[in-house]
Amino acid sequence: MQEHIQLTQKEINRDLLSGVLKSPKWWLPAVLVLLVVFLIGAAAFGYLLNKGLGVTGLNRPVMWGVYLVSFVFWIGISHAGIMISAILRLTQAEWRRPVTRAAEVLTVFSLIAALLSAPLVHEGRPWRAGFPIPWIMPWDFARGIWPNIRSPFVWDPSAILTYLTASSLFIYVALIPDLAILRDRLSGWKSGFYSVLSLGWRGSPRQWKLQAVAGILLSALVLPVFVSVHSIVSWDFAVNIGAEGWHSTIFAPYFIIGAIHSGVAAVATVMVAMVWLWGWDRYLRPDHFDAIGRLLIVVGTTWFFFFFLEFVFAMYTLEGPELAMRDLQVFQYPWSILFVVFLITAFFFPVPMWLLKNVRRSMFWMFVTTLSVNVGMWLERFIIIIPGLLRRQPLVFDWGTYHPSIIEILMVAATFAWVLLGLLIFARIFPLIPLFDIKEGMVGREEIKIGRRKVAASIRE
Amino acid sequence: MTENSGGILSQRSIIGLYVDEDAAANAMDGLKAAGFSESEYEILTGTPYPEGTFGEAEPVHKLYRFPLIGAASGFIVGLVLTVGTQLSFPLVTGGKPILSIPPMAIVMYEGTLLGAILFTIFGIIFESRLPRTFMGAYDTRITEGYIGVAVTGEAGKMGPAEEALKAAGAEEVKRGWEKG
Repeated sequence: MQEHIQLTQKEINRDLLSGVLKSPKWWLPAVLVLLVVFLIGAAAFGYLLNKGLGVTGLNRPVMWGVYLVSFVFWIGISHAGIMISAILRLTQAEWRRPVTRAAEVLTVFSLIAALLSAPLVHEGRPWRAGFPIPWIMPWDFARGIWPNIRSPFVWDPSAILTYLTASSLFIYVALIPDLAILRDRLSGWKSGFYSVLSLGWRGSPRQWKLQAVAGILLSALVLPVFVSVHSIVSWDFAVNIGAEGWHSTIFAPYFIIGAIHSGVAAVATVMVAMVWLWGWDRYLRPDHFDAIGRLLIVVGTTWFFFFFLEFVFAMYTLEGPELAMRDLQVFQYPWSILFVVFLITAFFFPVPMWLLKNVRRSMFWMFVTTLSVNVGMWLERFIIIIPGLLRRQPLVFDWGTYHPSIIEILMVAATFAWVLLGLLIFARIFPLIPLFDIKEGMVGREEIKIGRRKVAASIRE
Repeated sequence: MTENSGGILSQRSIIGLYVDEDAAANAMDGLKAAGFSESEYEILTGTPYPEGTFGEAEPVHKLYRFPLIGAASGFIVGLVLTVGTQLSFPLVTGGKPILSIPPMAIVMYEGTLLGAILFTIFGIIFESRLPRTFMGAYDTRITEGYIGVAVTGEAGKMGPAEEALKAAGAEEVKRGWEKG
């Protein structure tokens, strides 16, 4: 960090609690619009329940459509929290301080969006299978029916629910000191609400020590879960020997790095939004965008390497089903158009842009490039799933195509509304930037003189 | 009930507020010199400071035991769930064995980590001595940057404590109470 900004604890409280203590003017209209989009999606789901899967574009051989695309996309975004929070905490990167909580909150709402995208809706008439999730929980004791753990659809929820539980508790533990600040600033029932949540926090050395150890320990424990979640999501595809294009050993690391690519890009998008919406430019400085831009170059390039490997090794076998799928992806309309758009938006536009320092330090360009990554990464999942199922080759009975219906589009739009709604409501109730983390950074920050130059320095234990 | 009868109101607490780290450290030294033990006073801050900033003893905790116990418990639950459910409903699918190790390992892995994380969270709260029902002497300005030195003890000790806190340059000294 080259910039030196020193703020008092009072100033930090005033700035970072502004969104909690007082509702910004744009907040209510934004929440209402998103709520309407979400409710329209919920109504579409109700219609789907009433009429069945016939109202979707799903048909043989494409029985996994945009629901699954959306599921994999949101699981990918959810990797943002742990990538930013856990890895940067473990490596004690200073620039993590204003970013960690927003990333963790994005993780939680994205995971719920993933659950809303497919597992809870995809079977069309879930009550017939025993709503909500009978194949996961051993609940039907009377008939002696138990979950079949040999199915990836049991592995998936075991990983996702572990990740969701861990991420939610991680956020809560790190929130306790900030909840105490709100308890001390408010009165009446609001103070009572934050008093209960802050558990009587006083800020003793023992409590601070445990907070520090908790950050490291939980980061170390959540990281293996983070790796397992997208590996297992990839195995939903890779252990399937029916769809030959998916049957690849590289899928787990390829999916993980893709998730990190889209997740870190989403965090950068949220960082820009935090500056634009709440005016936290004293906390999210060009240095922070520069740092995350550099990280994105590494992550994006690594992802492209894995994409290249997966593509080339699949072609190298010269197996019919693989060649048929690649032919669809690259040469057949409309997949060919989507393929080009995907490559440009996910890699060839943003990554070269991030090589320019002015782009990395510009909020506008970081917003555009990181949004572009997630357009590309959504398309990536689309062209993996749909052409993977089309399987246009000799001796395959069903040749079909797939167009998402309006019901599917509305339900996918609702997941986007859900995540944005979740972030806005969270930011209205809890601070989106961890105050104590910022204050800790200020305690150890000093401007030192080297020759004729003054340089900002951070001191830590 | 009298103040020193050993009942719920037998303990008192007092807090001195400081704006400067050195003054707070001096208050801690003054309390030590006045004969207070380290368990009777503590420093309260709105932000984490490096350990020993105020001359306080390094907190000792046993948090690292919690994830180990949790991981072992989670592993056992995962093992029982996977083995027990498959043996209770022995339906052969795809020619695979009833107890197939790779899928069992996945569920057991998640169970192990979930157990470790849940126990760690419990351990953090337990070792932080939370939840705390009685706040004792406390001031809301601590979360605005003031440094508090809180003393808890018998009512008769509050006089010497107040003197020590004021001698170190406290901006304000406030009294509170603790349960017995």
